[in-house]
Amino acid sequence: MDAQTVIARRIARELRPGMLVNLGIGIPTLVANYVPKDISVFFQSENGLIGTGPIPEEGMAHPTLTDAGGRPVTALPGACTFDSAMSFALIRGGHVDMTVLGGLQVDAQGRLANWMIPGKMVPGMGGAMDLVTGAKRVIVAMQHTAKGKPKIVKTCSLPLTSVRPIELVVTELAVIGFAGGQATLLETAPGVSAAEVIRATEARLAMATEIQEMAL
Amino acid sequence: MKTISVEDATAMIPNGASLMIGGFMGVGTPQRLIDELVRQGKRNLVVIANDTAVPGSGIGKLVSAGLVDKTIASHIGLNPETQQQMIAGKMAVDLVPQGTLIERIRAGGVGLGGVLTATGVGTIVEEGKRRIEVDGRSYLLETALRADFALVHAFLADYIGNLSYALTARNFNPVVAMAADTVIATADHIVPVGVIAPDHVVTPAAVVDYLVANR
Repeated sequence: MDAQTVIARRIARELRPGMLVNLGIGIPTLVANYVPKDISVFFQSENGLIGTGPIPEEGMAHPTLTDAGGRPVTALPGACTFDSAMSFALIRGGHVDMTVLGGLQVDAQGRLANWMIPGKMVPGMGGAMDLVTGAKRVIVAMQHTAKGKPKIVKTCSLPLTSVRPIELVVTELAVIGFAGGQATLLETAPGVSAAEVIRATEARLAMATEIQEMAL
Repeated sequence: MKTISVEDATAMIPNGASLMIGGFMGVGTPQRLIDELVRQGKRNLVVIANDTAVPGSGIGKLVSAGLVDKTIASHIGLNPETQQQMIAGKMAVDLVPQGTLIERIRAGGVGLGGVLTATGVGTIVEEGKRRIEVDGRSYLLETALRADFALVHAFLADYIGNLSYALTARNFNPVVAMAADTVIATADHIVPVGVIAPDHVVTPAAVVDYLVANR
């Protein structure tokens, strides 16, 4: 199983029936492929849709039914559409139960940086700052390291997305939580030891009383 | 409300005008007005919109033609030309969180001076802004935005200018339609009064100044 699949499958296990969920671009989008069979959740696209379905079959795309990247999607039965003020009222107002976002860095207290690299990548924050500030649970889906360098760091060198700490970061090596403002190793991926996770992490990690193996 | 040709509607817009433009990655963007702005070569524009789409599409056409002096948007990541013009100093770009941008526009359209939002507190978005504590929580004061013109695209417009929108093409359109001195609308279909049921009118005709005639 490749890193992205491990991350997406583990995060899908956080879904609960009836949740309103917003998935960011990249690895987070893959979570929709692993929704447990026995539950149904609402996926929001921040361009104004709840009930986002899979990519349409060839020839079935409609120019006014798109995701936040402007790509064609489908709408599931029970879907609804709305303007951008309503879309962000849902996000900022705490109505989104869970958001899954990509990450560049997460610090020891769970603060996320994921929207710019000064001088290199300035795409704009889009909806990321509102999502991290307003969603009930924030889960970050990212590879544990980038070019061998830890992404879970003592202090973010990149501009923060929000000062609100995230709940969980899920990587191909581990699940780390931030209860009490302290990065804590909760789970390790099959075949990965706690020592390996610690070596790949710059932030100091507290150990959960019982570190579980990541269920996939 | 007056009906107008796309040429005459665009001719009303002077160089240097500020434009709020509906659409999200080109979906729900008033494409005919964009094409005509490019054809007439309107310059030094200030564009307020969610994004600048991609090169050669929607608002991206204004950017490609070098007509925009300043953009206020939440995302320019899919348009490298916007980023190049920003880095080269040809275009000023204000990046605003999407939820803050739409609320600043909404405030401008509904008679509010601004809004208080927790989004951006403690980040570089806070620079130069007032932080206000309410009931123990910190918020930023984000001021209202208005423009000279709103360019809006609807799915249906009736003969007097009531508008309704389609699916994800609604996005910023009904919000910008409230926040400009002059509102110009295009529509996929122009239909008799009554075809849009009163409950389904999203933008009332009373706020639409010009409806661009279809061909």
